[in-house]
Amino acid sequence: MTKVSMTVNGRQVSGDVEDRTLLVHFIRDRLGLTGTHVGCDTSQCGACVVHMDGKAIKSCSTLAVQAAGSSITTIEGLAKDGELHPVQAAFKANHGLQCGFCTPGMVMAAVDMINRHGGNLDEATVRENLEGNICRCTGYHNIVKAILAAAAEMSAGRQAAE
Amino acid sequence: MYATNYHRASSVADALRLKGASDEAKYVSGGMTLIPTMKQRLAAPSDLVDLRHIAEMKGITVSGGRVRIGAGTTHAEVAQSAEIKAACPALAHLASLIGDPQVRHMGTIGGSIANNDPAADYPSAMLALAATIVTDRREIAADDFFTGLFETALQDDEIVVAVTFAPPERAGYSKFPNPASRYAMTGVFVAKGPGGVRVGVTGAGANGVFRHAAMEAALTGNFSAQALSGVTTDPSELLSDIHGSAEYRANLVNVMARRAVAAA
Ligand SMILES: Cc1cc2nc3c(=O)[nH]c(=O)nc-3n(C[C@H](O)[C@H](O)[C@H](O)COP(=O)(O)OP(=O)(O)OC[C@H]3O[C@@H](n4cnc5c(N)ncnc54)[C@H](O)[C@@H]3O)c2cc1C
Ligand code: FES
Ligand code: FES
Repeated sequence: MTKVSMTVNGRQVSGDVEDRTLLVHFIRDRLGLTGTHVGCDTSQCGACVVHMDGKAIKSCSTLAVQAAGSSITTIEGLAKDGELHPVQAAFKANHGLQCGFCTPGMVMAAVDMINRHGGNLDEATVRENLEGNICRCTGYHNIVKAILAAAAEMSAGRQAAE
Repeated sequence: MYATNYHRASSVADALRLKGASDEAKYVSGGMTLIPTMKQRLAAPSDLVDLRHIAEMKGITVSGGRVRIGAGTTHAEVAQSAEIKAACPALAHLASLIGDPQVRHMGTIGGSIANNDPAADYPSAMLALAATIVTDRREIAADDFFTGLFETALQDDEIVVAVTFAPPERAGYSKFPNPASRYAMTGVFVAKGPGGVRVGVTGAGANGVFRHAAMEAALTGNFSAQALSGVTTDPSELLSDIHGSAEYRANLVNVMARRAVAAA
C-alpha cells in the first residue's frame, strides 16, 4: 500500500492504494467520481479520459501512483457554479450524445483539443483528434458539430474578454 | 494486473540504483506500452521504476549541428516542437501520427525505441537518420541498436537517456496505419543526410525494422519517387498476419516509400 495525494477538481485528496491500482479505479471507487468510465481493456476507447496537469490522458492506462502529486480534472470538475462548461452545453444543444457512455471521455478530449487548437479547429482536425475516442452509438457527426460549436463560442468569448 | 511495487526515480543514477535492488524490476516511462501489457498479465514486474520525473532525460536541443531529444520527451512534445519542425519536419510529422492525443501526451521516444515494437514508428526514423542512441553508459549507433522483434542492444538495466542525429537535408515519412490500432502496417522513413540516402522500414519486416538497401541505392543517384518504381521488396522477409500478407506488405513498402520521397 502506498499513500497517494493529488489534486482532483481543485480539491486535495489522498488515499492508501495498492501500487497496481489504476487511476480510473482510484477516481471511481475511492473518490466516488463515477463520471469517468471504463469502456475497454485495450486502451483504445477513451471513455476514461481525464486531464493530468492540463493534458488529456487515459486514466485506465495510468497508475494512481504515477499520478501522485499531479492535478487531475474529471468530467465532474468542468461545470462551474451550476453552469455547464461550454463544451458540455454544446453537446447538449447539438445532440452530441445518445446513450452517453462515451460522453465524459469525448467532452474531456474535446476540451483538451480546444485548449491546444483554440478557434483554429476545423472538421478534419477534430476528427483526427478523436482518434482515441470510440462512440459505440456511432454518433460522431453530432459530436464533431458540438466540438466545433464549442470551439467557436469559446474563442469568441476569449476575444470579447480581451 | 499482478501486484507490483512502484518507485519514482529522481535521477538516472537513482533509477539505476532502484532497478538494481530487484531482479524483476522494469522501467516505466509513459507506460503506454507497459501498463496495457501488465493489465493483460503479459508482463508482471515485481517493481516499477518510474523515469517520467527525471529532468536530465527531458527536452529538445539543437546545437553544433546535432539535434538531441531527451528520452523522456513525449510524442506530443516532439510533434509540436518548433526546433524539430525546423530541423526535421518529417520527425515531427511522424510523432503526430502515433496513436492518439492521449497516448501522445504520455508515451515517450525513449520508451518507444527501447520497446522496439515491429510496428512502432520511431525505429524507422532512427535508422534513416543514422541516429545515435545515448544511454547511461555508452552511445549506440541505430544500425546496431535494433536487433530483432522487441529486441535491442540494451543491457537489462541500461537506460536510454537521449537520441541524437544530424539534421537531414531532406526527409519524409509515410505510414499506412492499421485501421484499428493505428500502429504502422507499413511505415517508411527516407532521409538524405550527411551520410547519404537512408531508408528505414517499419511494420513490415518479419524481423522488425530494417534498412532497404535497394531503395537507398536507387535514391542515391536520383532522389525522386520515380527512381523507386522498379524497386521491389522480397516478401519472404516480411510479416504475414491477419492484417495483411507479406506480398501485400511488399507492395505497401514501395507505395509508402514513394509517398515519403514525394513528401520530403
Ligand atoms: C492505443 C495506443 C496506440 C498506439 N499507437 C502507436 C502507434 O501508432 N505507433 C507507435 O509507434 N506506438 C504506438 N503506441 C505505443 C506508444 O507509442 C508507446 O508510448 C511507446 O511504444 C512506449 O513508450 P512509453 O514511454 O509509453 O514506454 P513504457 O510503456 O513506459 O515502456 C515500454 C518499455 O520500454 C522500457 N523503457 C521505457 N523507457 C525506457 C528508457 N528510457 N530506457 C530503457 N528502457 C525504457 C520499459 O521498461 C518497457 O519495457 C500506441 C499505444 C497505445 C496504448
Ligand atoms: S477505458 Fe481507457 S481507453 Fe478504454
Ligand atoms: S453515445 Fe453511446 S457510446 Fe457514444
